[in-house]
Amino acid sequence: MQKSSRLAIYALIELASNPDRQISAAEIGAKYRVSAHHLAKVLLTLGRAGLVQSIRGVGGGYTFTGNAKRLTLLEIISLFEDTSTKCKLSDPSKATNEEWVLFDVSKEINDITMSTYSSISIATLLKQVERRKNSKTSKKDMAPAQF
Amino acid sequence: MPDTVEEQSLDNALSIRRATTDHLKHVTDLDARITGKSKPEYWQDIFERYASRRVDQRFFLVAEPGDGTADTGILGLIAGEVRGWEFGSEPCGWIFAVSVDPDYRQQGIGEALFEAMVDEFRKAGIPKVRTMVRRQNPLHMSFFRSEGMVAGPYIQLEMNLEEG
Repeated sequence: MQKSSRLAIYALIELASNPDRQISAAEIGAKYRVSAHHLAKVLLTLGRAGLVQSIRGVGGGYTFTGNAKRLTLLEIISLFEDTSTKCKLSDPSKATNEEWVLFDVSKEINDITMSTYSSISIATLLKQVERRKNSKTSKKDMAPAQF
Repeated sequence: MPDTVEEQSLDNALSIRRATTDHLKHVTDLDARITGKSKPEYWQDIFERYASRRVDQRFFLVAEPGDGTADTGILGLIAGEVRGWEFGSEPCGWIFAVSVDPDYRQQGIGEALFEAMVDEFRKAGIPKVRTMVRRQNPLHMSFFRSEGMVAGPYIQLEMNLEEG
């Protein structure tokens, strides 16, 4: 996954988990230790796709306007990189058996990756974040007291 | 992405319980409606094996509207069992069927069935649950993912025997 796709997913998680707040690119950038400039470019693409809305002015920022239950990782990643599973052999009509065999291996891996991305929504990621927080908390509760 | 269907609202409470032979027709009808193929012999066989034998390790649950006393049909089903030592695995719970009436999806029925099944596995002392889904079936993939399931340590392999 390319950096822009990762930043987009982080930004969408942040905005979708705070539906009542407008959050600035600088605030998201600080949390994920990335440049606000790069993030602003990513947010522009998300805005054009109708997934976020920007509100200018003092106290302005971004809000999530997508459907967290329906929006999948594949749809987000597709905004920033080529996710097509079309044949990538330079000239299929002249490809050797060896080239086809390696192509089949790459396609197998790519198919699993794409179906995984397409099965995970932003809402599912938010649930996973919560589960991770809870599991960390319960591990802390179980830890012996430090003296 | 989940199927987009005309959804009916689930006004009353949901009852989840073990399937009995009284549910056989409803299960067969629901499956036929969803898959477009009626399989009465298959479900009869599943009922004989999963709803009546080794019931401490085999679970066939149905979701019904209300308190489940009225014979109004079912809203969903889930079936699973404890399997051990296949493929070198410690005993774990396997879910091999889950269906929700298309008119009542997106209302938490699948989640309630899944949680009830997971509870049964926990009561049986089983710490892990597995299932297998078609990669091209985003509805099932998304459902199990949203319940917290992730890729496990196994990968399914196959070979076409009609080729050389």
